[in-house]
This record gives sequence, structure tokens and C-alpha cells, in this order.
Amino acid sequence: MSAAGEGLTAEALAAFRGERLVFRDLGFSLAPAEALVLVGPNGSGKSTLLRLLAGLVRPAAGRLLWDREDALADLPAHAARVVYVGHQDAVKPGLTAAENLRFAAALTGGVAAEALAAVGLERLADLPARMLSAGQKRRLALARLALGSAPLWLLDEPTLGLDTVSIDRFGGLLAAHRGRGGMVVAATHVPLPLAGTRELRLG
Amino acid sequence: MIRFLAVLGRELRLSVRHGADTLAALLFFLLAASLFPLAIGPAPETLGRMAPGVVWVCALLSALLPLDRLFGADHEDGSLDHLLLSGLPSAALAGAKATAHWLVTGLPLLLAAAPSAVMLRMPEDALPALLAGLLPGTVLLSLFGTTGAAIVLGARRGGVLLPLLVLPLTTPVLIFGVAAADAAAGGLSPRPHLLLLTALLACALPLCPLAAGAALRSAAE
Repeated sequence: MSAAGEGLTAEALAAFRGERLVFRDLGFSLAPAEALVLVGPNGSGKSTLLRLLAGLVRPAAGRLLWDREDALADLPAHAARVVYVGHQDAVKPGLTAAENLRFAAALTGGVAAEALAAVGLERLADLPARMLSAGQKRRLALARLALGSAPLWLLDEPTLGLDTVSIDRFGGLLAAHRGRGGMVVAATHVPLPLAGTRELRLG
Repeated sequence: MIRFLAVLGRELRLSVRHGADTLAALLFFLLAASLFPLAIGPAPETLGRMAPGVVWVCALLSALLPLDRLFGADHEDGSLDHLLLSGLPSAALAGAKATAHWLVTGLPLLLAAAPSAVMLRMPEDALPALLAGLLPGTVLLSLFGTTGAAIVLGARRGGVLLPLLVLPLTTPVLIFGVAAADAAAGGLSPRPHLLLLTALLACALPLCPLAAGAALRSAAE
């Protein structure tokens, strides 16, 4: 685990989605082991903020700092610091569950089999991902979190479609990550298995 | 480099899994080329004279077929975000995609070009020049195609826009490629045309991935 040091600071961020300004003057800071939950109505810019934090969307104004340095100056370096799980599962239906994860492991490091076990999918490892149910695909997407040691997790509605057992397991992953000094930013409409979170209200 | 190979390996594995899609371009090429003798008659002198042009135009059109899905599938299921967050610069990502397109589409077209040319009664002297032109030519088609596919990504009706964008870009490739084979058939040296094709390749090789990478970044926003 790379120590996050000062953590993540956002200063006066603004972002557009298409032609529409979704948020402006948004500021927060996140220290190691902290978790931030984004709440707000649909279309308030939660997903856009997560994509901005991942470096996928350029801020229209403001700065994003990582250890007091501009985080988005070197995008490949910033990419190594984050794991992003969007509202799409990004699972290739033609590949098996293990192959999907092995590709992710080749990029971030980690052991695919252990990550599959962490979300309880080890018995379905050799099944083509198109045969998986929506909840199982979601678990496969979340398995990427168990792979690497990136300090910042960006989660967009992570528990969508998960059963209670999987939510508990996911809570364990989150707790272990924060125990190692990792940070979590999650957008959600339902309570997450996270203790001691701060809330950022958008919209 | 490891990441580049990982992306390339994933693309190739996906192409094997979706075998029907992969073979479609090659079958289209063979089918389109075999329509010409039926349409213009089997007279060897007419066919032979047209053969280089027919092979080149068919190769160009077949190379366009898989471009729509090159980034489209990844864009739809969210994989493109992960590819952009893979730690690979977006230009290298586009380079990996272009390499995969060439290996899966360009190389089979190159291999199928020789039997097609023979079927079209092309003069034997022109065959080496045709293939020597198609080697840089198919790489160029992959590079231009990847750039075009990245640019139309996220646009509505991108599939229609794509050929309109890529085909004009590929006209120099077509002109010099056919000219090389024609020169060889006429007993002239194909060398100047091949050199011009290679010069085009030398320009496109660094520039196209850069342009495609920038387009991918803006498509993800």
C-alpha cells in the first residue's frame, strides 16, 4: 500500500456534462482511511464528480490535488492511484470471469484467483461472463477492487443488484481497504456498509 | 510495454471468441472480389487490367467493416474507461487497438489478396508489387481506421459517419498502391510508388495514435 500522505484535496471544482454545468465551487478534502459518500438527486453530478476524480473528465475550473500536487497533470500516474468502478460493469461477455479479471490483474497487479474468491465467484471462474447474472457481474466488477493496492477507490452505486451476503462481503473489502489507509469516494442512494463516513451533498 | 501487450492480448482473445465477426471482413473481401468477374464478364484482358484496383478497393472496404466495433463495444459496456485508466497513455492504447485491427483484419486481407488477384487474372509480374504495396497499405488502413473510429466514438450515427471520414483519408494509399501494381504490370519500376506509401506510413505511424488517443479521451468525457 502506497501511503497517501496528505490525501486528496479538491478546490473549487466545476464540471460540465455536455452543455450543462452540473456543479461549481465544489471543495472537499479526504485524508487516508476516510470515506466520503456523495448524495444528491439524479443528475446532480455524482457520477461526473467520480469520473473527474478518476481523471476521465477534465474539470472546467478548479484544481484536484494529491499530496499537494496537481493530480491530473500526469494522467497515467494518477490512473495508478485509483480504482474506478462505474455504474457499468465493464465486463466482457465473451471472456470468462477469470479472464476478465486476469486482464485487470495484468494492468494493476494482484492475483485474479484471490480477487475472485474475495467476492465469492471462485466457482464461476471458468464460466463466460455472459452467463453471469446482473448481481454476479456486479461482483465481478467489484473484484477489481480486491486486486491492486491503489489508495483511492471511486465507486458509483457499488451495491446495485447485490444480495445481502455480497453486501456484507463488500463491506469487509471496504473495511480492510480503509484499515490499510485507503480512501473511498462513493456515490449512492442506499446505505453502504461503511462506518464513520462523511457526506457530500450535491445539487 | 507489458500493459501494451496485455491490451493487445485481450483484443486478440476477444477476436477469437467472436470468430464470426472476425471472419466477416475476410469473407466480405473474397465475396466482393469474386463479384467483379460476374459483373464485367470473364474476359481475361479486361479483368487483368482492373485486378489491382479491384483488390485494393475491396481491401479498403473490408478493412472498414470491423472499425465500428473497434471502440464501440468497449465504449458501450464501460470497458473504455478502464482501458483509459490502465496506466497506459491513451496514444499507446490507440496503438494497441490499431495493431490488433491489423493482425485480425489487415494481415488476413494481405494473405487473401494473392489468391484473389490470381482469380482476377492479374498479370504475374504485378503480383509482388501488389503485395508489397498492400503490406504498408493495410497498416495505413488500420491506422487511419483506428483514428476515424476514435473520432466518431460517441457521435450519433457514428457507423454512417465513419466511412465518410476514413475513405477520403485513404485515397492517397489507394492511388499509390494501385499505381505500384500498374507500374509493375506495365514493365516499369513500382519503387517510387512503394516509397511514397512507406513515407505515408512513416508519417501516420506516430501521428495517428496521438490523434486517436486524444479523441478517445474526449469521447470518455
